[in-house]
Amino acid sequence: MINDRKEANIVIAKRVAKELKDGQVVNLGFGVPMMVPQFISKDVNVIFHSENGLVGMGADAPSEAIDKDLTNAGGVYVTIEDYGSYFDSPTSFGIVRGGHLDSTILGAFEVDQEGNLANWAVPGKFIPGMGGAMDLVTGAKQVIVAMFHTAKGSPKILKKCSLPLTGAKVVDKIITEFGLFEVTPQGLILKEIQKDSSLDEIRKYTEADYQVSPQLKRMDDGSPITA
Amino acid sequence: MKKVVDLETIKPLFKDGMTIMVGGFLGCGAPERLIDLIMELKLKDLTIIVNDTAFPDRGVGRLVGKGIIKKVICSHVGTNPESKRCLNAGLMEVEFYPQGTLIEKIRAQGFGLGGILTPTGIGTPVEEGKQKISVDGQEFILEPPLRADLAIIKGTKVDEFGNVFYSKSTRNYNPTVAMAADITICEAQELVKVGEIDKDIVHTPGIFVNYIIEGVVA
Repeated sequence: MINDRKEANIVIAKRVAKELKDGQVVNLGFGVPMMVPQFISKDVNVIFHSENGLVGMGADAPSEAIDKDLTNAGGVYVTIEDYGSYFDSPTSFGIVRGGHLDSTILGAFEVDQEGNLANWAVPGKFIPGMGGAMDLVTGAKQVIVAMFHTAKGSPKILKKCSLPLTGAKVVDKIITEFGLFEVTPQGLILKEIQKDSSLDEIRKYTEADYQVSPQLKRMDDGSPITA
Repeated sequence: MKKVVDLETIKPLFKDGMTIMVGGFLGCGAPERLIDLIMELKLKDLTIIVNDTAFPDRGVGRLVGKGIIKKVICSHVGTNPESKRCLNAGLMEVEFYPQGTLIEKIRAQGFGLGGILTPTGIGTPVEEGKQKISVDGQEFILEPPLRADLAIIKGTKVDEFGNVFYSKSTRNYNPTVAMAADITICEAQELVKVGEIDKDIVHTPGIFVNYIIEGVVA
């Protein structure tokens, strides 16, 4: 088990980066997903979408070169690639819902074995609103959840989500510091294990039912694990 | 038909209890001078339709916690601690919509549609109490249009006829809200003569803008 949260973040972000292919249009949520670009291979060009109205989003703007007319969906001043473009909000969400977004990467409070996702509201606590998350998980071709495996030891991958859903049956992959699961019509399949984790540990900290893939791999380098 | 006016001329358009749509996304592209005017007029009981409540020092965020807004219809308030305080204390009401649903509800009004059908929110609390319609075996939520008495927008370059060009990511909600209210006031960052904006890059045709005021450079 990785106990250092920073190290866990890096492990997750590195693995997510490998999921992104050349030419794909991708939206990144806040937190760990924002760390993904730094781990994408130099020969892979991923086109980043931002809900407020741009594709081809580049890195955050250096403080000496801020353009106040150019922010991302978090209000951060950013840059744009030469091939990028700007548009209005209906177009931005047309990209999302219309099936033009290849992947969305986001965090979660809970995910369950049917691919249900909860990441916007906790009853009894202040609810800030869902923003664009519900549209993203409904519209993106692939939904990847990137999150810590547990919340202070409590499983977050459950048999059934208890919190209000962001999307029903929307998740395709779950990547944590323990490993990688795929959501399939047959249920969850554990496909990869991180080198500092183990089958026993994952069983202990996962509430959901899942199968272990016969082609189980190391998450770190993709090498096969022989039982 | 003179659209370029001073602030005195538009003051009577603002009334207590009215519904105002505001352009901008986390304050980027928000009409700050018109927001100043709302504060100066000490309006109250407003319903504000906007993507988000931005930050305490930016855009609509500056109106939160001042006894001006009765209700906000938006997708997110999490970046503004004042919103959290007001909502927890019962000083402001909120109606949340997913961002892509909110903008389409506004667009439906401007485009004369009876509503929109969206898959977003199916199987979540968002669908509760709403009509659902099945099309070719897929379920959609019917969302009716959202209108406002007044829309306030900000253009980067605006000509005297009201043609608007929005720079970079300032476009966001502005062109859509400009079409969805009874009256639209545009704040011009740079006011130019008719013909000075290339007609191919006009984002909001001037027919949607009723009044223009000169803003301040952001």
